[in-house]
Amino acid sequence: MNRAAAAAIVAALLGSAVAAAEIPLSGRKSGYDLMGPQTRAMQDDDTANPGMFWVLDGEALWKRKAGAAEKSCADCHGDAQESMKGVAARYPAFDAARGRPVDLEQRINICRAEKQNATAFAFEGKELLALSAYVGRQSRGLPIEVASDERSKPFLDAGRELFTRRQGQLNLSCAQCHDDNWGQKLAGALIPQGHATGYPLYRLEWQTLGSLQRRLRACMTGIRAQAYDFGSPELIELELYLMSRARGLPVESPAVRP
Amino acid sequence: MTRALINVPPKAKRGEVIEVKTLISHEMEPGYRADNTGKLKPRDIITDFVCKYNGEEIFRAQLFPAIAANPFFVFTTVATESGKLTFEWTGDNGFSAIESADITVE
Repeated sequence: MNRAAAAAIVAALLGSAVAAAEIPLSGRKSGYDLMGPQTRAMQDDDTANPGMFWVLDGEALWKRKAGAAEKSCADCHGDAQESMKGVAARYPAFDAARGRPVDLEQRINICRAEKQNATAFAFEGKELLALSAYVGRQSRGLPIEVASDERSKPFLDAGRELFTRRQGQLNLSCAQCHDDNWGQKLAGALIPQGHATGYPLYRLEWQTLGSLQRRLRACMTGIRAQAYDFGSPELIELELYLMSRARGLPVESPAVRP
Repeated sequence: MTRALINVPPKAKRGEVIEVKTLISHEMEPGYRADNTGKLKPRDIITDFVCKYNGEEIFRAQLFPAIAANPFFVFTTVATESGKLTFEWTGDNGFSAIESADITVE
């Protein structure tokens, strides 16, 4: 066998190994489908879903004037039930001014800095979680659809590359658990497919609401990798890839997970 | 800010068993955890929950450390007459919250 043919076979093998790992679109399931009936009932009932505390706080924040501009979110965007419908379903979205995608939390803080002349909310702080939960709630049930156009593509590809890259002392990639072994157990916990459909979500283990970035950082720490900082470009690219991977699934924010 | 979410059916038939659900936002700091400097965080929990139906006590619970944040109670009672259900949570550091819900019994 000549060298070129051998190289082609190796490339084909490598290529197929990567392609075979990705879950077909029709087989994609939200973590909701994998969790128990009690947790599902908790998510579905707005008087039992603790995430609603943050949604209610977010609603109050939405109407509160802030910053030197003395403007509230509602002053520009009006009724969130109308103006924010479907927004969470298409984030992270490309920001032309920055030349890169930004996620919902970053978008909220950009608005605070540029329109309200206010200080940015801290990542994982009560206010940012509350506002993103409130905005997310307005897209409940709508299908996830992030842009996959030319300008977003390099970031999407970078996110996919990060998802499939082995990292940390355990030398594991995201894909090894969430593409290849979903539905199996990791210690006592069920491995989900890893679709970010319901963030920010109330994790019973956390006993609080948390962002997707908190979840991603916890996963990275779990495989003994150095977690990226909140708001870092790598995490946004990974978020973008995850949302593209979850395309078509309904938004569940604020979801409840075990 | 403390928030409570109450779910009581607005209407019920006389003698019907109704389900009451309550959820309240609270840290439920158990008093056994240390902060970043190694100092114990003082206990801060809800200690008592009482539900009254037209002034008569129908449900009471005592809470202890190790009960999760944002305590969620589900219990049942018999719809006897139209009126008001009141819910009261009390706890450490003078914590107190009161909520109510109306019910019409036919």
